[in-house]
Amino acid sequence: MNALPEPKAQTAPTPGAAVFELIEVEKTFQIRPPGRRFTRETVGLKALDGVRLRVDKGTSLALVGESGSGKSTLLRVLLGLDAPTGGRALYHGRPIREARAIGRDFARDVAMVYQDARGSLDPRMTIEALIAEPLRHFNIVPKDQIKSRVAELLNRVGLPTDAARRYPAGLSGGQVRRVAIARALASEPSVLVADEAVSGLDVSTQAQLLTLLRRLQKDMGLTLVFITHDLGVASYLCEEIAIMYLGRIVETGPTDAVLNAPAHPYAAALRAAAPRFFEPMPDPLPGEIPSPLDLPKGCRFSTRCPAAQPDCQTRDPQLGRFGPARAVACFHPLASPET
Amino acid sequence: MTHTNLLTVSDLTVHRGAAKILDRVNLSIAKGETLALVGESGAGKSTIATALMQLLDGAEVEGRAELQEAGDLLSLPARQMVKLRGRRLSMIFQDAGAALNPAYTVGRQLTTTLRRNLGLTRSAAHAKAIELFTSVGINDAEARLSAFPHQLSGGMQQRVMVAIALACNPDLLLADEPTSALDVTIQAQIIRLILSLTRERGASCIFVLHDLALASQSCDRIVVLYAGQVVESGPARDVLTHHRHPYTRQLESCVVEIGRHDLVAPEGAVPPHDQMPKGCRFATRCPRALDRCAVEAPPLTPANPARTGALDHVFACWNPE
Repeated sequence: MNALPEPKAQTAPTPGAAVFELIEVEKTFQIRPPGRRFTRETVGLKALDGVRLRVDKGTSLALVGESGSGKSTLLRVLLGLDAPTGGRALYHGRPIREARAIGRDFARDVAMVYQDARGSLDPRMTIEALIAEPLRHFNIVPKDQIKSRVAELLNRVGLPTDAARRYPAGLSGGQVRRVAIARALASEPSVLVADEAVSGLDVSTQAQLLTLLRRLQKDMGLTLVFITHDLGVASYLCEEIAIMYLGRIVETGPTDAVLNAPAHPYAAALRAAAPRFFEPMPDPLPGEIPSPLDLPKGCRFSTRCPAAQPDCQTRDPQLGRFGPARAVACFHPLASPET
Repeated sequence: MTHTNLLTVSDLTVHRGAAKILDRVNLSIAKGETLALVGESGAGKSTIATALMQLLDGAEVEGRAELQEAGDLLSLPARQMVKLRGRRLSMIFQDAGAALNPAYTVGRQLTTTLRRNLGLTRSAAHAKAIELFTSVGINDAEARLSAFPHQLSGGMQQRVMVAIALACNPDLLLADEPTSALDVTIQAQIIRLILSLTRERGASCIFVLHDLALASQSCDRIVVLYAGQVVESGPARDVLTHHRHPYTRQLESCVVEIGRHDLVAPEGAVPPHDQMPKGCRFATRCPRALDRCAVEAPPLTPANPARTGALDHVFACWNPE
C-alpha cells in the first residue's frame, strides 16, 4: 500500500453520516461462577445489554457512567476488539469486526487515547520514535519528512520540539497525555476515542488538556468519543452525552439539555452528586451498583431509584424516544419531553 | 487564641534531601471544625497530614504541631506517638484497598484496633465492631466482618477505613483524598458519612482535597497550598468568593462545572524543587507578577486588617486581587 494523501475519503460510507451505529448490542462474557475457582461451569455476565447508539460524523459524544456500567466494554466493541454476542455494531454501515479485519483503514481512521497514557507508551522509545511509529506503519509521509511531521504534531499538542529526544519517563503526567494524543493523531484519523484521557490529573493540567482536545476536535473536524465519569468534563467537551448504568444506556441526548433537565432518575442522581460550589451536599443515592450477575428484576435501577413505582419492579424499560433529540429508558421520567 | 485550638501547626518545614517540600506552614484547627487542604500535586497537602502522624519516612521535619493535651506531635517519641494514633488522631487514606491488610479479615483489623487501644475483650470488641460497621452504613454487618478486603467494593473498603479510623473516638481525623478513587455517587455517600460521624462526636477533621467545589461543600475553612507554602487561608466562603491570591483564582477557574463552556487554561506547571523561584514561588506563572515578586517572598497578610485572629482570612501576595 502506498501513501494515502486523502485520509478521509476511504471506505464507502453507507446511509446517513453515522460513523458508528450500535443496534441492540449485547456482550455476554462467560465467566466462572464467583467463589468457585475449580469448576468448568460458566455463567453469563451481561456487560452490555441492548445498547443502541449512533455516533454521527464530526460530533462529540461523552460516555458517562460509574465503574461497572459497561463503558469500557462498549469501547472495546467500538474498536472492534470484542465482537458483540448479540445485535449489530456497525462502522460506516459495515460490521466493525469485518471493517477491522480487512486492511489497515479502520485502524488508521479510528485512533485511541488510552486511560493509562504512560503505560501505553514503550518506555524505551523516545517520543520521536513513538510518534514516528504510526507515521511509518500507515505510510503517512515519505521517510525524509517523518522528522518534520513529528515536530508538527508535537507543536499541535503544545509540546516543545525538544521533547522529541526525551523518553516518557522524563515527562510529566500531563505531557505524557499530550504525547499519547499526538501519537493518536499521527495516522490522520477522523475518529478519536479517548478513555478517561483527563482523569487523575491536577485541575490546571486537566484544563490545559481539555482546551487542547476541544480545539483539535473543532479544527480537525474529528469525531470524538470520550469516556469520562466527570459530568463537568462531558459538558465542556461533548455535544452529545450517553449515560450508562449496568450495561445499558439509560439516557442520551444533547449534553446541555440532558444535564439541565435530566429525565432518568439515575442521570439526575449523577448530576446531583457532582460537587458544585457552596451547594449543600445532596442526599446521596442509596446503596451501590448491583452485580451484573444478579440483575434486579424489572428496571435495573429500581433498587436504588428514589422515584421507583411498583411497575418498575416488574417490567424492564427500553431506551425510547423522549422529545426530538433525546432518548430515555424510564417509565416515569422526571422531566417532560419538550426542549 | 491558641487555647481554643485543637491543633496548632507552626513553621512546619519538611526537607527531603535538598528539596524543601514544605516551607514554614502555619495552620490551626478548632475543635469540631473541618478544614480543607487544597492545591495541586506536589503542593505538600499529603505531606502535612503524614508529618502530623509521624509517618513521614526519610525526611527532615522542623517546626511544631501542638495538639491539645498531648504536646508537639512532631517531636513526640515514637512510643508515645503510638498511643496517640487511633485514640487522639487517626487517618483515612486515599486508597483504602492498599491501606487495608489483604491477609486479614476486615473484622480482625477493626477488632485489633479496638482491643489494643481500648482494651476491650474479644466479645466486647466484636459487639462494638458490629455497631461501628452499622454506623458507617454497612448492611449485614456481622457477616461483613469476616470478609477480606478484596471481597469488598471500593466504597465498602472506604467505609471500613472510616470505621477503623473512628473506632476510638479520635479528636482529629486526617482524611487524605478519601474519595478520589471512588465514583461520584459513592463519593457523596462517603463525604456525608465522614462529616456526620465527626460532627456527632465533636471531632475535628482535616481533609486533603484537590476538588475546590467539594471543599466548599464540606469544609468550614480552606488552606490553599502552592509548592509547599500556604498562599491563602481562611473561612471557605471568604477564600473562594473574595480570594486575594491569584493562584486561588487560577485553581478556581480550572474547575469544570457542569454547563461551563468557557475555560481558560493556565500556562506552565509547578516548577521543580531545584528550580524554585527565590521570591514568590508562584511568580513564574502569575499573571499579576511584579518585579518585586521574583526576588522577595511575600508574607502572609490579613485580608481584613480590622479583624485579626488565627482563624481569619490571610494571603501571601505582593499584588493581591
